[in-house]
Amino acid sequence: MTSIVSISGLTKTYGSGFEALKGVDLEIEEGEIIALLGPNGAGKTTLISTICGITSPTEGTVSVGGHDILNDFRGARDMIGLVPQEIALEPFNKVWNAVSFTRGLFGKPRDDAHIEQVLRQLSLWDKKDSQIMALSGGMKRRVLIAKALSHEPRVLFLDEPTAGVDVELRRDMWETVERLRAEGVTIILTTHYIEEAEAIADRVAVISQGRILLVEQKSALMKRMGRKELRVELIEPVDSLPESLAHHDLQIAEGGQVLRYAYETTGQGTGITGLLADLSAAGLQMRDLSTRQSTLEDIFVDLLRDGAEEPEAASTTTGSAASRDAVREGTA
Amino acid sequence: MNWRAVWAMYHYEMGRFFRTTAQSLFSPVLSTSLYFVVFGAAIGSRMEDVDGVSYGAFIVPGLIMLSVMTQAVSNASFGIYFPKFLGTIYEHLSAPVNFLEIVIGYVGAAATKSLAIGAIILVTSFFFVDVTIAHPLAMVGFLLLTCLSFSLLGFIIGIWAENFEQLQLVPLLVITPLVFLGGSFYSITMLPPVWQTISLFNPVVYLVSGFRWSFFGTGDVPVGWSLLAIAAFTGGCLWVIWWIFRTGWRIRQ
Repeated sequence: MTSIVSISGLTKTYGSGFEALKGVDLEIEEGEIIALLGPNGAGKTTLISTICGITSPTEGTVSVGGHDILNDFRGARDMIGLVPQEIALEPFNKVWNAVSFTRGLFGKPRDDAHIEQVLRQLSLWDKKDSQIMALSGGMKRRVLIAKALSHEPRVLFLDEPTAGVDVELRRDMWETVERLRAEGVTIILTTHYIEEAEAIADRVAVISQGRILLVEQKSALMKRMGRKELRVELIEPVDSLPESLAHHDLQIAEGGQVLRYAYETTGQGTGITGLLADLSAAGLQMRDLSTRQSTLEDIFVDLLRDGAEEPEAASTTTGSAASRDAVREGTA
Repeated sequence: MNWRAVWAMYHYEMGRFFRTTAQSLFSPVLSTSLYFVVFGAAIGSRMEDVDGVSYGAFIVPGLIMLSVMTQAVSNASFGIYFPKFLGTIYEHLSAPVNFLEIVIGYVGAAATKSLAIGAIILVTSFFFVDVTIAHPLAMVGFLLLTCLSFSLLGFIIGIWAENFEQLQLVPLLVITPLVFLGGSFYSITMLPPVWQTISLFNPVVYLVSGFRWSFFGTGDVPVGWSLLAIAAFTGGCLWVIWWIFRTGWRIRQ
């Protein structure tokens, strides 16, 4: 795999003195879908804005398809399509004109057939002569996507594309993403909807406080950190555990009605068989059993919690790689 | 140069102009007609000729300049401020275009619009008064340079403005007084000597005077000074734009 976006030592300090990015290194491979996950103010939008040319980097380099974003900005930006987080459209303009304008702005020759195809795919074709102010919020978001696709980008940035959109649009959006992936377009998305990153991304980068805490194949991440939890619901609540169960690392929850047992699916033995045998032997009667796989959301919450505790520990180390390792050890 | 992008921006801006024809074309024509009725027909008939030119004809170059300057500034400032206000400027910043191309697109469109308005006012004036043009080429040249330089000024104001109030501030508090006191409706030789001297610090005096010279062969100041003034003004605006380009001031953080 060759990387199509290459970010090295990127920092961004705004005029106010706010450090939005504190040394980001990231290689994005051609044709992949990578999700940037992080809380509000983590630096996701600043990272995207800097790659796309909306803000200038303070330090570090970024290249897109081998083109440096500063020295060869035309080469880099030629390849990039951007769907911003906020809806920014001229209300009096018509859909067709708005989308055609973007294609022209990117220096591409007029191609009505392509614009028509994009509009049809996004269910905007029958709205092509409507003024933008007459469209619903979801339709406006489709127009933003159409604008980004109008100039046939090789790298597409989607900044919180599904924030506040309805189910139908979200489904259409992911269909569009799938089709683009099939065409070999590299997609970088930020989202708060972790299930979506989980459903669609190949890799996940967790970003917090201007640093990338972790970049991992989604499947590997899920596997490595994927813990399961067994929930045992008892008929009679217990106050304390019998001596025979002490070595099982059980947690009593919900007023003694429930016992929780966490285990690794990748471990040699999960210990479930022994646990269940010991539970029967101890005379605890079970009403129900259920298991739950930890989601990306759990992993994310864990990482951020560790990331927040990390600064003291990280102050003695330097660079994001060291702190990333610290996080891995903390959560593994 | 990304000429397709320049054309896209130019075409888009002109589209906005034609979408709002009532506001952008008819209103300057109407207000100019009103000026002709009031100053030309009603008051003008009681005014003496100025430098051998009837008062109604005398005000034609000044009226054209007045409209062209205010329209160029308002069109250009609004043209670039609007994307900033709406947030659609993200497209310009992320597109493979440089600042020069943005300037050509937006300033070019604003200059074209003000030129069109100037031409329409000139044609309108033929219906009201007898106007002769002594130096047609010079007239076109002055008009073009005024459209261009005031569009550049408007563009700078649009980049500078952070809200709608600021957008109106410079045109209202600086440009309108300078234009009104720039000899659009009178020759500065009509003023008391002190005010004549003060007027010489008003750059608009030189532009109106030069433009009037191209019509009637006489002006308040020698035509060479007028040429120098407009060249210096255009150069100054270009320098500020070059500086904005270098620093990304108020555009790219």
